[in-house]
Amino acid sequence: MLEKTKRKMAKAFSGSERSKELNVEHLGIDFPFKSRYGNFINGKFQAPKAGRYFDNHTPITGEFLCEVARSDSSDIESALEAAHAAFPSWGKSSATDRAKVLNKIADVMEENLHLLAAAESLDNGKAVREAVAADIPLAIDHFRYFAGCIRAEEGSVSELNADTYAYHYKEPLGVVGQIIPWNFPILMGIWKIAPALAAGNCVVLKAAEQTPASIMVLMELLADVIPAGVLNVVNGFGLEAGKPLASSSRISKVAFTGETTTGRLIMQYAANNLIPVTLELGGKSPNIFFESVMSEDDAFPDKALEGFTMFALNAGEVCTCPSRALIQESIYERFMEKALPRVEAIKQGNPLQLETMIGAQTSNEQMEKIISYLKLGKEEGAELLAGGGASKVMGDEFGGGYYIQPTVFKGHNKMRIFQEEIFGPVVSVTTFKDEAEALEIANDTLYGLGAGVWTRDGTQAFRAGRTIQAGRVWTNCYHDYSAHSAFGGYKQSGIGRENHKMMLDHYRQTKNLVVSYSPDALGFF
Amino acid sequence: MKEKVSATKIAQEFLEELKLRYGADLLFHQSGGCCDGSSPMLFEKKEFVISDSDISLGTICNVPFYMNRNQYSRWEHTNLVVDLVDGMGGMFSLDNGTGKRFLIRSEVCTVKE
Repeated sequence: MLEKTKRKMAKAFSGSERSKELNVEHLGIDFPFKSRYGNFINGKFQAPKAGRYFDNHTPITGEFLCEVARSDSSDIESALEAAHAAFPSWGKSSATDRAKVLNKIADVMEENLHLLAAAESLDNGKAVREAVAADIPLAIDHFRYFAGCIRAEEGSVSELNADTYAYHYKEPLGVVGQIIPWNFPILMGIWKIAPALAAGNCVVLKAAEQTPASIMVLMELLADVIPAGVLNVVNGFGLEAGKPLASSSRISKVAFTGETTTGRLIMQYAANNLIPVTLELGGKSPNIFFESVMSEDDAFPDKALEGFTMFALNAGEVCTCPSRALIQESIYERFMEKALPRVEAIKQGNPLQLETMIGAQTSNEQMEKIISYLKLGKEEGAELLAGGGASKVMGDEFGGGYYIQPTVFKGHNKMRIFQEEIFGPVVSVTTFKDEAEALEIANDTLYGLGAGVWTRDGTQAFRAGRTIQAGRVWTNCYHDYSAHSAFGGYKQSGIGRENHKMMLDHYRQTKNLVVSYSPDALGFF
Repeated sequence: MKEKVSATKIAQEFLEELKLRYGADLLFHQSGGCCDGSSPMLFEKKEFVISDSDISLGTICNVPFYMNRNQYSRWEHTNLVVDLVDGMGGMFSLDNGTGKRFLIRSEVCTVKE
């Protein structure tokens, strides 16, 4: 595979000229990236101390986008220094002032929605229409949600007796470390940044090396909005920059989204420093379609079929990708008769065009991994119903990019294509006889992040939702990521939750004051 | 147990290069889950704690290869081949930042072992 290197092609493009495929004028913006980004530390862009940078390419064509800081532990230290210097003031700032900053961030992002969406699409390869309609608006709303939460909440008072009271306050943890994945670089960043800042923490964040640039475009916009040192973003490789951050004794908490082995390692580092962690490590989400879905010829079957096709959202690079579809035997033929044309109709193309439904995978290794699973699925004896390989619709101009056909397999739940998150536009379909079998299959997995249940029977929906061992069960919907609903994993999918005001408690500790208003001694001594 | 894991020549050569840089006391741990999930991670032995929850699948160039037991129970019908591709990722794995990534290719076992 090495001979087929995409990078050679990318190099040929590098320099000032860009192919017309990367044009973003139709979005009403200029090209989002500068030629080089340092780290965002203490409110300013700073060159990495060792002066090293790495080339960032777009998965759309493989072309060079910009240079990004290749940081090391000295840059992490400098970011931690800035965060610690900012914390005494930010940690004590009023909820009113913090909410004002969060709302201002949201306003600035909203004014630059297309710029941020295009940056996200160029950096990650995702269809810009998803970034415009989902990623960036959800990120904006996240800030507004947490700004609202901290204005409305209050501590509590317990009356221990008529003279003695226990006051409970929430205090920020301090300086926290956050390591962000590459599938939703801005949205996943903000899922972690917004509650941390709302709770009064200062942040050192390491962006993923596969998608390091879009968040720097955001930092350029926010440099004057966030007080210096409160949010610091460092780029570089996991080994050189991520590890010094995760293992630092100067952080009070570490939050990570990724996979299980690194999750374990991060817990090890946290154990050494006796600090809390939150982890989101992915899933293998079942999407269950009960027979009542097809019992009427109304709008609902169409909604359910869209729910099935949601495996292709973000080219399948979603931790809750509904990558196992469980369809009741009695409706299987009728359902798939409609589902497969729906999959065939997914428009693959230049991610920067608003009509494109599925864009590029984010990296070469991700594409290789998906292809290895497509081969394995066939070897395991799964029946290929759609797709099954690299995209055939993309022209030579996208030859340096990473495109996979939306793929549907039919098989059984013991196959590895049903057991591991392929993180591509690949759904593995199986059938079940009755509710009990559906739930047994749904729970026969190491993971438990998301699930979908589709039925007209409310009692069945409730029963299924409560029985599925997953942190979130979408019922008659899928891929809704509102800030006001908790997201996180059962089993090996992780620890802790994101979204929802409960997330604030992952970034705070409780201070209790027990206060006596009585002048009298107890009489022990 | 019969060796369940092997490596392509380019992966072996690259592993030898990494040994020159980091020493020979290395281990692989197979990841699961999202993002860089399904990827083999290479660490110095002192870096990653192997426990009873892991199972050894064999060695590659004398480097032991481990996987979580529960994950293995879902993977045991496949043999794993460590290959090498171009790539930027890898989290804290020792191939990170080299421009190369170890990648797992899987083959269905032909005989029940």
